[in-house]
Amino acid sequence: MLDPSVIRAQFPIFDEPLPNGQPLIFLDSAASAQKPQAVIDKERECYERYYANAYRGDYQFGVHVDEELEATRAKVRDFIGAPQSEEIIFTAGTTMSINLVADAWGRKFLKAGDEILLTQMEHHANLVPWQQVAHATGASLKYIPLTSDWQLDLDRLDEVLTERTRLVALTGMSNVLGTIPPIREIAVEAHKRGALVLVDGAQSVPHLATNVSDLDIDFLAFSAHKLYGPSGVGVLWGRRQLLEAIDPFLCGGHMISEVFWDHSTWAAIPAKFEAGTLPIAQAIALGAAVDFVTGIGMPAIGAHDADITAYAHERLATVPGLRIFGPEPARKGPIISFAIEGIHPQDLANLVDRKGVAVRHGHHCTMPLHSLFGVPATTRASGGVYTTRGDIDILVEAIEFARQKLRRA
Amino acid sequence: MPENQLLESENSPLSSSRPTTIPELIETFDALGDWEAQCDYLIDLGYDVPEFPNSARIQANKVHGCQSNVWLTTRTRPGNPPKIEIQAESDSMIVQGLIAVLLIAYSGKSAQEILQTDIQQIFARLGLNRQLSSARRNGLAGMVQRIRSIAEQSAAEHS
Repeated sequence: MLDPSVIRAQFPIFDEPLPNGQPLIFLDSAASAQKPQAVIDKERECYERYYANAYRGDYQFGVHVDEELEATRAKVRDFIGAPQSEEIIFTAGTTMSINLVADAWGRKFLKAGDEILLTQMEHHANLVPWQQVAHATGASLKYIPLTSDWQLDLDRLDEVLTERTRLVALTGMSNVLGTIPPIREIAVEAHKRGALVLVDGAQSVPHLATNVSDLDIDFLAFSAHKLYGPSGVGVLWGRRQLLEAIDPFLCGGHMISEVFWDHSTWAAIPAKFEAGTLPIAQAIALGAAVDFVTGIGMPAIGAHDADITAYAHERLATVPGLRIFGPEPARKGPIISFAIEGIHPQDLANLVDRKGVAVRHGHHCTMPLHSLFGVPATTRASGGVYTTRGDIDILVEAIEFARQKLRRA
Repeated sequence: MPENQLLESENSPLSSSRPTTIPELIETFDALGDWEAQCDYLIDLGYDVPEFPNSARIQANKVHGCQSNVWLTTRTRPGNPPKIEIQAESDSMIVQGLIAVLLIAYSGKSAQEILQTDIQQIFARLGLNRQLSSARRNGLAGMVQRIRSIAEQSAAEHS
């Protein structure tokens, strides 16, 4: 298992106390993770040593940037077990990756009567784009329901996965519940019915070994910034024949083969989907982020996640009136959303911040899921490779402090 | 707490030991010094806000733009000019404290006085603009907007 205190030393953000003098207890990695020195250095190196636009300049820096980007593409390919580098598309992040598929694949291939299958725990980024494409094409949305212990109810899969299902789009790990669906099992069932499978890997890719070939999926979307990489860049992986069959999502420079007065032809993948100037330094530093997590090893990350998740459940259970929304620790990632009777999550987030504890409050971009909770908002604590048991102890102390301040103790 | 508590306390919208005017509140805030103490004090003020009548918890009285649930209603005390009494409640105790500030600034005033109050200047003087998140500021703006539109309506009716 990894030693989070050793890992933590690689993250300069923890070097200095917060403006109020408290040490940073960062429990919002599910929103965005902090960055290790290696990632910061790589982004900086690009700007300081060889920055130029990508895939355009036949000069030394241009060539160097291209090589660095292709090196990242190859690292991402290996990291997710993709067959080919050309299938790795750099995007702005998970949201854009899903919108790309919803728009470019959905509007081309969906028609009235078709069904898109989601789950009841999807982030708005894997829900709203499908609503829009459903409205535009006459397709309809279905949802895999949840069980009372916040897992996908696979006993009811046959009710919603039908011959009309054209695509199953689901999270690899719920950003609220931490629930980890059995992707491969669902993909096999989907493919039996001729449906494609898209996985929103925003939360799962930083925590679970992800191999698109083993999972037998068709599209994977994820962001660099939750994987200890830069903000502004993400990945869409898709099977080559699918990416070749769909039209571009964004049009402009670099994505064309030939442009005539009245029409254009498209470049080969991945360029076809990389219109305009990429987030160059950020995409290059994504390679350093992949190196960082593979250096630790996904099994070690998984064991660490299991430890802090179990510890957090155990400690939070001691807080009066606290209810966790999510499965038991063994069946989830390090994401713990909870509500405390009589305490508004916004007040809680505000008061624990005084103790240096950064947690998220609100609906976490899952308003339909929160309607199942019966509370409009929750507080979410989420962990990363630098999260320690000590962080959880301070969270629990800070909650007690907030309860006293709010006269709920 | 009786529903008509607001009408009974002619002088202060909060309990007697609390500031009754904005200058008094500013003085207390200055004496407290830092935001943590001021925030604690806001929470305390929130506990003194009279209970919101259950019968007024209707959709029309919900204030939008708040992350917490906020209810706000008013009633007019006859006079020349009539005075507007504000009743409000939030499930967030920090927002409840901000409601207390709004009650001190606005409640029991005439429509004209409400419309002439420079609330942004008061918030700035209390340091609230600096300390509140943008979501909280939006929520506060939603409450101010609701109070001002009620005052505008009342001013039009009585002019």
